[in-house]
Formats: sequence, C-alpha cells, structure tokens
Amino acid sequence: MTAKIVTISSGKGGVGKTTTVANLAVALASEGKKVVCIDGDIGLRNLDVVMGLENRIVYDIVDIVEGRCKTRQAMIRDKRLPDLFLIPAAQTRDKNAVSPSDMIRLCDELRAEVDWVLIDSPAGIERGFRNAIAPADRVLIVTNPEMSAVRDADRVIGLLEAEEKAAPSLILNRLNPSLVRRGDMLSVEDVYDLLRIEVIGIVPEDENVIMASNKGMPLTLEGKSRAGQAFRNIARRLAGEQVPFLELEAQNLWERLARLGRK
Amino acid sequence: MDETSLVQIKGIREGLLVSLGDAAWPVLQEALLLYIEQQALFFKGARLALEVGNQILKVADLSALRDVLSERGIILWAVISDSPTTESASQLLGLATRLHKARPSQEAVQPVKGLDDEAALWVHKTLRSGVRVEYAGHVVIVGDVNPGAEVIAGGSVLVWGRLRGVVHAGAEGNQSAVVCALDLSPTQLRIAGKIAVSPRREGKPQPEMIKLKDGRLQAESWHPG
Ligand SMILES: Nc1ncnc2c1ncn2[C@@H]1O[C@H](COP(=O)(O)OP(=O)(O)O)[C@@H](O)[C@H]1O
Ligand SMILES: [Mg+2]
Repeated sequence: MTAKIVTISSGKGGVGKTTTVANLAVALASEGKKVVCIDGDIGLRNLDVVMGLENRIVYDIVDIVEGRCKTRQAMIRDKRLPDLFLIPAAQTRDKNAVSPSDMIRLCDELRAEVDWVLIDSPAGIERGFRNAIAPADRVLIVTNPEMSAVRDADRVIGLLEAEEKAAPSLILNRLNPSLVRRGDMLSVEDVYDLLRIEVIGIVPEDENVIMASNKGMPLTLEGKSRAGQAFRNIARRLAGEQVPFLELEAQNLWERLARLGRK
Repeated sequence: MDETSLVQIKGIREGLLVSLGDAAWPVLQEALLLYIEQQALFFKGARLALEVGNQILKVADLSALRDVLSERGIILWAVISDSPTTESASQLLGLATRLHKARPSQEAVQPVKGLDDEAALWVHKTLRSGVRVEYAGHVVIVGDVNPGAEVIAGGSVLVWGRLRGVVHAGAEGNQSAVVCALDLSPTQLRIAGKIAVSPRREGKPQPEMIKLKDGRLQAESWHPG
C-alpha cells in the first residue's frame, strides 16, 4: 500500500476541520480502505472526542516522536470500523514538541501500512499548521460561507502556493441554501470567485452534525443526513471518482463554475 | 576561515538583527546555526530579522530556515535583502522585508521623476490575503489583488486583474504615480498622501485609472494597450 497523505486545514478555527476529518475517515473506512487519522492540534486535542475514542488513549503522537512507544501502539482502533485508526494529539504538551520533519518521518512510516492518512490541522498559520502540511500530498481547505473564514482560507492558500505545494481543494461547510437565496449568505460562486481553487465538496448546515459529534459518532456512520451524504461524496471524489453535486449544493453548479473558470 | 565572523548580531527595537556575510548559503546557514547553538540561552524565544545582502534565496530556502529556527524556539519575522528574488520570496512567506514600516511623507513634495525610467517589479500571480508587496519603483501585477493583500509602491501600480485589496502608489510622495486595474474595487486606495475608499460600483467592471489631479483622486477609464 502507498497511502495518500491528506491534510485538512483552514486558517480560521471552528469552521469544521475536525468534523471533516472524522467524517471523511469514516466514509473511506466504510468503503473498506485502511485509514489513519492524525490529530495535529497538540494541546487542544479533540478529534478523539468527535470520534468517540477518548477513553482508549494510552499513547499519543508526542510519545511516538519522542520514542516512548512504537507507532502501532499509539494507533487506536475504532470501535465500529476495524480499518479505522486514530493517532491522538498530546493534551499537555505544546505544539513545539513535534516538528515538520517528525511529521514527514511518521507519515513515511505509515505510507506502507495504510491507504489514507488524514491530518487534522490546528487553526492558525504557526508551527502546528506547518507540521500538518509538511507531509501532505494533498490539502483540503475547509471554509464557511462567511467573509472572515474565506479571507483566512485565502491566506492559507497563499502560503501553500508559496511553499510550492500542490494546489489545494476547497470544502465549503455549513452552507444554508435558504440564507443564500435571500442574499444573506455568501454563495458557492462568491466563495469560488475569490479563492479560485477546485471545489471538492459542499456540506450543508445540519444540526445532526453537532448531535453526532456530541455522541462521538460521526454522522457519516449512519444513513440519511444530507451532511453525511455530502461527506461520503467528498470521500469518493477524493478517491478519484466523478460524483455529481447534491441538488441542494447548488443547481447547475458545474456550469456556473465552468463559466467563472473561463474568465 | 573563522565561521562566526560571517554572523554579526545587534539588538534592535524589534528583537535581534543578524547580518550575514558573503559566502554560499549552506555555509552561512551552518555558521548561523553554530552561532545560535553556542549562545542558545541568548537566542531562546528571540525574534530575528535576517540581513542577507545579495544572497538569492527561494521560498524553499527561507521556509526551511524558518522551520529550523522555530525548532530552536526562534521566530524569524523579517528578511532584509537587496535581491528582488529573495525579497519576493520573503513576502510570499509573509515575512517582513523592512525593519520599520515605510512612513509615507504626507506633505513632502518631491521632484516628480519620469516614471518610465524607474524599474518595475513584475508579479505573475494573484496576491492573496496577508501578502504585502513593497517596492521602490512601479509594481505590475498579472493576477488579482485579493482583499487582505497590500501593494505599496514608490511608483505606479498596474493590476492586470481585479484589485480588491489595499494599494498605495507614490508611497514616498510621488504625486504623478497612478493606479490602474482591469477591475478596480480596492478596500482602500492611496496615491502619495491622498486616500480614497472606493464607492460600491454597479454594473460591469471597466478598466480604470486613478490619478491625483488638482489635489483629488480622480478616476478615468483606462485603455490598456
Ligand atoms: N455542517 C455543519 N452543520 C452544523 N454544525 C457544524 C457543521 N460542521 C461543523 N459544525 C459544528 O461546528 C463546530 C466546529 O466544528 P469543528 O469541526 O470542531 O471545527 P474546527 O476543527 O475547524 O475547529 C462544532 O460544534 C461542529 O459540530
Ligand atoms: Mg479542530
């Protein structure tokens, strides 16, 4: 196996990075892929909570980096999906405990073992962010249809361009179609018009997301919600499939994106 | 060769200013790290501005150095260079390229220089939020200037794209500087000492040029080419 290393980043906090990592991981692992998530938010870990694995943590990423355990020992196996693993962040250390080269070494080791490594990046553009993007083959930028989140996404995209990383893709999270229709929320086109990077997914605002995170059960595990469907679609697009956008995501979105892209 | 003589340090208001001598980049980098190792306590937590002379450095060189320094608890915040390549690499990484923010002289009327004999900095990309490009001559941007990006030029600014960030032409007081863009809706636009906040434009974007005329900023349509 040669894993793809995918980092989920945003600049701004609270836009849905952790939610995205948990749900994409579940979606990929449900399709029979072997997936490891890494919580890159040292000092503020919470991917374990969203995945419902908090009570199983023994070792964390700093233990791996400082040689107190083998990588395998810090990989917590999911309760429901046997091919899904989490490497948790350390709760009590600061982010300087891990360096970009540590992350590259760790991911190189995982590459041979799994299909996907998903890294949850902390907010900001400091050390933790650089740790998270250092090993990435691909970066997904999560943003919300809100000017301050889009600006921060723009900033992060600029930094990735400066580091000559492959062009990132965009996930627009928490879109509320009725607010967009009323002109009270930025639309997909507004956001695309500014950022000009490939849109890989649009996730609607959905209260089930919050209820699911509180239960430690990413909603992609269960059937029906719109947001769950959106995350499953992103996982399939990530794997290279062509998947049409959900109706609510925007009608004729492709046409409009194509038109914008031609300018 | 005495490696440490390649590294000169002095304290400045913003932290430490390290000036590197003349040698190949790997040699300088090694000398710097050796120096830091010997004075680890002194450097711990320091904010460093690096003066690199004519050294031509790429984004990869600078971001690698920044990471190595950050592993030692040192923050690299500025790179001062005489090379335009190094300067634009630093700007792309969000590093400062001057120690003190250039203070535009509000009143000083400077002799109007012929704009055409000044050099121009060409930027072939979209400037995204958080990027600041500063240049003593003209700046030509082939791409957009997004909200949150800034362009500060001693001469004119020409944007072959959409201008939505902050732009300051004639930053040293040159009143004959102009700003042109294919789609001009800046957050803020200044020429010499005058400020304009653009009104929301309706309808289709038109190429426009802004000039300082009779003490006011005035827009006219721009016919590039
Ligand atoms: N599509 C969505 N609909 C509703 N709530 C969401 C959605 N995505 C995320 N949230 C909520 O937003 C909050 C922040 O999400 P989180 O994934 O922790 O963001 P980040 O990791 O970027 O800081 C959480 O309470 C989460 O449940
Ligand atoms: Mg998070």
